[in-house]
Amino acid sequence: MSAEISRRSFLKLGTGTVATGAVAAVAPRVAEAKPTDTSRTTLPYPRKHVGSASHLARPLAFSYPDAASPCLAIKTGAAVPGGVGPERDIVAYSTQCTHMGCPLAYDADTRTFKCGCHFSMFDAEKEGQMICGQATEDLPRITLEYDHKTGRITAVGVDGLIYGRQANVL
Amino acid sequence: MALHKDRIALPPVSAQRTNLTCHFCIVGCGYHVYKWPEGEEGGRAANRNALGLDFRKQLPPLATIMTTAMTNVITEKDGTRHNIMIVPDKSCPVNSGLSSTRGGKMATYMYTPDGIGKARLRNPMIYAADQWVETNWDNALAVYAGLAKKVLDKDGPSGIVFSAFDHGGAGGGFENTWGSGKLMFTALQTPMVRIHNRPAYNSECHATREMGIGELNNSYEDAQLADCIMSIGGNPYETQTNYFLNHWVPNLQGSTLDKRKQRFPGETHDRARVIFVDPRYTPTIAVAQKVAGKDRVLHLDIQPGTDIALFNAFLTYVVDKGWIDRAFIDAHTKGFDEAVAANRLSMDEASRITGVPVDKLVMAAEWAYKPKASGHSPRTMHAYEKGIIWGNDNYLIQSALVDVVLATHNVGRRGTGVVRMGGHQEGYTRPPYPGNTKIYIDQELIKGAGRMMTWWACNNFQTSNNAQALRESVLQRSQIVKDAMQKARGASAQEMVDIIYEATTKGGLFVASFNMYPTKLAEAAHLMLPSTHPGEMNLTSMNGERRMRLSERFMDPPGTAAPDCLIAARIANTMKAMYEAEGNAAMAKRFGGFDWHTEEDAFNDGFRMVGQPGAGHIDSQGGDTGHLVTYERLHKMGNVGVQLPAKAWQGGKLVGTEMIYEDSKFSTDDGRAQFKTSPWPGLPKPVADLKAKYRFWINNGRTNEVWQTAYHDQYNEFVRGRYPMSYIEINPQDAAELGIGAGDVVEIYNDYGSTVAMAYPNASTKKNQTFMVFAYFNGIQGDVTTTWTDRNIIPYYKGTWADLRRIGPMEDYQRTVSFKNRRFA
Repeated sequence: MSAEISRRSFLKLGTGTVATGAVAAVAPRVAEAKPTDTSRTTLPYPRKHVGSASHLARPLAFSYPDAASPCLAIKTGAAVPGGVGPERDIVAYSTQCTHMGCPLAYDADTRTFKCGCHFSMFDAEKEGQMICGQATEDLPRITLEYDHKTGRITAVGVDGLIYGRQANVL
Repeated sequence: MALHKDRIALPPVSAQRTNLTCHFCIVGCGYHVYKWPEGEEGGRAANRNALGLDFRKQLPPLATIMTTAMTNVITEKDGTRHNIMIVPDKSCPVNSGLSSTRGGKMATYMYTPDGIGKARLRNPMIYAADQWVETNWDNALAVYAGLAKKVLDKDGPSGIVFSAFDHGGAGGGFENTWGSGKLMFTALQTPMVRIHNRPAYNSECHATREMGIGELNNSYEDAQLADCIMSIGGNPYETQTNYFLNHWVPNLQGSTLDKRKQRFPGETHDRARVIFVDPRYTPTIAVAQKVAGKDRVLHLDIQPGTDIALFNAFLTYVVDKGWIDRAFIDAHTKGFDEAVAANRLSMDEASRITGVPVDKLVMAAEWAYKPKASGHSPRTMHAYEKGIIWGNDNYLIQSALVDVVLATHNVGRRGTGVVRMGGHQEGYTRPPYPGNTKIYIDQELIKGAGRMMTWWACNNFQTSNNAQALRESVLQRSQIVKDAMQKARGASAQEMVDIIYEATTKGGLFVASFNMYPTKLAEAAHLMLPSTHPGEMNLTSMNGERRMRLSERFMDPPGTAAPDCLIAARIANTMKAMYEAEGNAAMAKRFGGFDWHTEEDAFNDGFRMVGQPGAGHIDSQGGDTGHLVTYERLHKMGNVGVQLPAKAWQGGKLVGTEMIYEDSKFSTDDGRAQFKTSPWPGLPKPVADLKAKYRFWINNGRTNEVWQTAYHDQYNEFVRGRYPMSYIEINPQDAAELGIGAGDVVEIYNDYGSTVAMAYPNASTKKNQTFMVFAYFNGIQGDVTTTWTDRNIIPYYKGTWADLRRIGPMEDYQRTVSFKNRRFA
């Protein structure tokens, strides 16, 4: 905090009171400080290859945005809201319950996620909507991109807060 | 509300922390409110945030509950903005850090100008000409109090009608029941009052109280100590969530066995078994089967309305088997022989009436009442709710149930109890009701009685029986007043009062609504006054184990909204001044005693005055030891609070009462519990007639994700998106026969009215039975319930039959709403 304030104070002084030559002299130092990019309103999510659309006959476990966040990619077999891929039926979710973080079991027969701790259930075909349960949020959806030339699925973001985090990107 | 839902502002170590009891269901989970200036944030290291959690890495499961719904940014009246976070308190004995999907959204529901609460009433509103406009309190009260005075002076109090809360939590509390009660009963002295969820001024527990047993007689811990729990017409996973998850489930899983062995040495102990009496396979039964195993869960899926026969057969059976406590019956009860004779019913006959096979009935009796291997009689807790409260019929089912409980001595012993599960929290302190008969208020309004009607923190357009007929009548009568008001150009407040009064002589009805939101009543009302909820005022309530806590104010209410007790005071003080102005000292005195500046003044005037010299008679759940309880002491007791009645202030702590009737001295004049006769009466004729005429039983009740009328939830996409309309569960074969698919809108109609719902085919729903969400804002189930009530004017909300007609598909619902099984499997 104090360092940030002092830099701001310095810049203010620099633009307001110092001669042109002096400003030019300090400019490289500002560049070195790499101020936060405020042009974006999203967290700096990584791009991560998940798998190939043709290899999703069975649900695919992966982690995103980092190794501590388990996720599951599913090909539901019919187009669903938010689905990607040639049939618009590929979706992915965090598999930590949004209530208290218990690991969710995926039921392939009903295409639902179920929590054994407090019995919340989420619908993989309805954008992670809570079917019944004690969570206050639907299941976080992993934003996927599909490359129709290569068939590659890439995770690029998360819609919803992952359990047990102040922010999705640590 | 945060723009992004993928990050949260953490409370800094310096954040203010106050206590808040969840203001929704009766369980009253303890929460902490953190509040800190918007520009400050805690850090991720455990020593940099008030939660003491290390957010530098992924937290393990069960470490916390902290969701975006638990956060908000509020604006105070001085313009300062603050972050708030409302999270469950791990040290609260009720919930031990758990939150339900309802309580977990409290922060979301606190007022912000651009958030979910933006629909809140901020100032008084009056229907002027043809639109709602805001006005100030003086003008609103000049009209309201002026009209009340005119009616009182010309016609007496019976022209002034109310429907009011009698409970705790939001829209209630000891402060507000006292404030509203003192206005209605002491000052106005009107008997024309009904309660928020039933059409007269009455108890939901007449029978058990007359038998000497108050309905909240044990502790939540007793569910951890029971050998067997019998749930009758309850669905606690969805409606008393953390009571079920934090106290029932551990016993069903066996994790309280050590505690039980320690408390009851020498007795046989095993994981608890649970019996559900309910025509419907509820989500609670599914969860119980998951945690306890199907062999320890018994579902008595009785035919609707046959509970009385079931309990009469249980009484007969335990008497014949000798599974009764004869010494207890002889020493502490009366009327046993008469009840046994009158209620006699064989298991075979009960099986024929209830539709449950005899072997299941016998198994239930053995689980609940057969002596254990150690020779001790089992500790069986009987927990009941709306299946009985709103069943056939309230008075007789309670009689039949409590007879069995008394015969087997399952009250006043730890691990037992015959208790309501409850809806809202409790919080009753009022002067006595000024009447000696019960008045069916809705029918009086329909007949044209009353000149002014006030709905106080409730909304019977959604929550009453025979609701369509009520709405039709009130809307028609209120329009007469609206027409008159519309023509009154340039009228002063007093002139408007005269115009309104004149309209009421032509069948008109003046309608006021005191509420947080406009609600559906805005369609009929002429005046709305804005009220507050916990967090915006200090408020005390007690939960289903009589645990009283202080919910502390931490933010300003919107606009000029005020606590209900202070609204009552403003009305009384306005009327007092009007009487003083005309020199009527006697009437001015009747409206005296409202010199309150804060809600604590109302608390001290009511709850704490019970039994004190000069106070007069006060009916209060705090009893005559209420004076021991102060805001300061409750603050010290935090989310632990005190179980009423308070016994002492000792060592800096309030000492309360865990279980009532441990001394077998019951709440009758002679201290003996009273058995009651309750022979099986069959279905009431109007209901039996409907059943003969229409195909589907329209069972109805709450659903987990929605609180009450959805007064907040209807504005929250998490809930509204899940249930854009009341859903109706229907057997898939029945649905197919009628061409009804998931997400279709259907009409439900019978002789009493018609409503709509979103079809939700469900495999476990029996043929010709349905279940519809009660009291919802889009599709009102009460439109098709009958006018029939029991002897105390408690409706049979659960008992109506109707036909279904497919209206057609809703493309939007089919695309966005899940129609998968709500039962955990």
